[in-house]
Amino acid sequence: MGKPIIKRSMLSRIIPAIGSLRERGLSGWLVIFGAAIVISIILMTLLAPWISPYDPTTKGVNVGAPLTPPNSKFPFGTNHLGQDMLSRVISGGGVMLQVAFLSVAICLAMGVPLGLFSSYIGGMFDRSVCIVMDSIYAFPGLILAIAIAAMLGRGVVNMALSIAVVYVPSYFRVIRSQVLSIKEVPYVEAARSIGAKSRTILFEYILPNVVPSIVVVATVNFADAILTAAGLTFVGLGVEVDIPDWGWDLANGRRLLPSGAWWVITFPGIFIILLALGFTLMGEGLSEILNPKLGE
Amino acid sequence: MTLRAYIISRVLLTIPMIFILLTMVFIIMRVLPGDPVLLHFEKAEHPEAIEEMRQKLGLDKPLWAQYFDYLFGLLRGDLGKSMHDFSPVAEQIFSAFPATLELAIYSMIIAVSIGIFLGVEASKSYNQPKDHIIRIFGIVTYAIPIFFLGMIFQIIFAVNLRWLPVGGRTYPTMEPRGFTMPLSQPPGGFTTHQFLSCVAGLIASTLCFVAFKLKGKKITRKILGILISIFLATWILWAWVGWYFISIGELHIATGLYTIDSLLEGNLYKFAEAIRYLILPSLTLGLVLSGVFIRLTRSNMLETLRHDFVTAAKARGLKEKTVIYGYALKNAFLPILTMMGLQFAALLAGAILTETTFSWPGLGRYIVERISFRDYTAIQGAVVFFGILVSIVSLVTDLFYAYLDPRIRL
Repeated sequence: MGKPIIKRSMLSRIIPAIGSLRERGLSGWLVIFGAAIVISIILMTLLAPWISPYDPTTKGVNVGAPLTPPNSKFPFGTNHLGQDMLSRVISGGGVMLQVAFLSVAICLAMGVPLGLFSSYIGGMFDRSVCIVMDSIYAFPGLILAIAIAAMLGRGVVNMALSIAVVYVPSYFRVIRSQVLSIKEVPYVEAARSIGAKSRTILFEYILPNVVPSIVVVATVNFADAILTAAGLTFVGLGVEVDIPDWGWDLANGRRLLPSGAWWVITFPGIFIILLALGFTLMGEGLSEILNPKLGE
Repeated sequence: MTLRAYIISRVLLTIPMIFILLTMVFIIMRVLPGDPVLLHFEKAEHPEAIEEMRQKLGLDKPLWAQYFDYLFGLLRGDLGKSMHDFSPVAEQIFSAFPATLELAIYSMIIAVSIGIFLGVEASKSYNQPKDHIIRIFGIVTYAIPIFFLGMIFQIIFAVNLRWLPVGGRTYPTMEPRGFTMPLSQPPGGFTTHQFLSCVAGLIASTLCFVAFKLKGKKITRKILGILISIFLATWILWAWVGWYFISIGELHIATGLYTIDSLLEGNLYKFAEAIRYLILPSLTLGLVLSGVFIRLTRSNMLETLRHDFVTAAKARGLKEKTVIYGYALKNAFLPILTMMGLQFAALLAGAILTETTFSWPGLGRYIVERISFRDYTAIQGAVVFFGILVSIVSLVTDLFYAYLDPRIRL
């Protein structure tokens, strides 16, 4: 059998979308702006050991006096241990980015095949998967993640796992509804009638059409994963203390609030917002470009 | 499908969902690697203490027996015993729940009012700068960690300006003593004073209702208006004067919602205190949730404003306000109502973080506190409670929606 035409048509939808984002008006600019924020934060985190002025984890007065307000030496001030907040902010994104990427990867690995097979096979299997997914979906996400993380214990992988479980249903639902509509399209029926294998139909005819939606869901999910990770850290289920982390700084800053130390929470908080905002903007723009029907 | 058939099928569908949810929680808490009892002790130093706790909590039985204990316990409303103090988890949850409910109600009111107002404003000036600003505001509310917003409010309004309290639910001396389980307690000490102020309030609201029903008769309306204001004034005066006689004693708990209890007591001072403590937490949660409502109202209004009946109403020379709020918004209201039900889960999740930020003594803070105690049975109980609550709310929302919109039942 020759190369499926639909594969090329999918590429022809995505590549120009990325190539000519600027011609797409507002939504294109949203994607560019969001991606710029995300990429610069990732770069900042990767380069942290070289660009941060002080060691973010050194304790004691050899760095700075505890709770120094922002000044010329410490532009973001210091926390209760005298650690430089600027250095902590620069290297603090690592945990959150790792958790987010890992959880999105787990979600993709679980949600995409599950959605594809479940809707393609149909019948009782589909119905039972659906009802399990619906019950997870209906659950308040953070609470489920808290329960799982409390049992699994601290650590990046455990956080990512507990977040992934919560968000698999959103992938599943989108993919399932897409597959159900694509399954009935004439070219899929044509492929089936000339005797194409189920696997060929599923991966070469249906999957490429679902990819745009998967991209949108994953991008939006990044923001959710970051906020959930921050929430988990805030309730005391984050990573170990000695790793600089924006979420940990926020949780710790709550105890320092009565002393009026606004700088301990403000800067890490702004960076969490920026990172989540970057992904949200990308998701907004991408969803308008890839699924124009959903716009408005 | 008739309404009754729809209700029956929807209720029947909820049962397996709750069952799956309960099983899921059980698998997470008991079957997944990580023994709750061992985790609770952190170091396995006292094997006999560990055994004792296992026996006390029934965790020494085989897994299937634990599973049935758990399910049948739930049927009786038993959520197990706390690892921390061995008291029933259900009791602790019910005593913490009214605080969460109160926070949730006011946050929802704030979220919906901000959402509708900004959504309508955005749709009125579609694709103009105002519209873009409101959309950006909506996007930012998605990206902001709720506890960060809460802490910023605390720093500005509580620590620096000292306008509002940093946290807590009410003034310490007003905190009801021995407040354990409001649901089983009779309404505390209902005095004549409170009774009279309640009667005054009731009469005033009845008169209000009557006044709205009587149209066109201007003189009667005027007289009624005067009567209402006299009654309201008496009520308020009574409550204020009464406060000097009662003093700021503890609040009598009837419903567990402090704003309502203080009004039942007829003590406006206590009411004002309760509101003062509510402002920051509910504003935080409400603002973060408002984004969804802004987006929903905007898109629905944009669609509704295109309809002929809106053009017709405008052509008849009605004011813009009447057209938008009286005609168009009425049609966009059903999806908003549904969204309120759907957002309930997000509201509870947000409440956990808000309560932790503001030391609000509700269920969210209960969970977070129990995490630090490593009290796994309590965490499990609270998660189950949240799950069942959300399923019931979504059921009620769906039924309500089906009742209002017959197309759903098709």
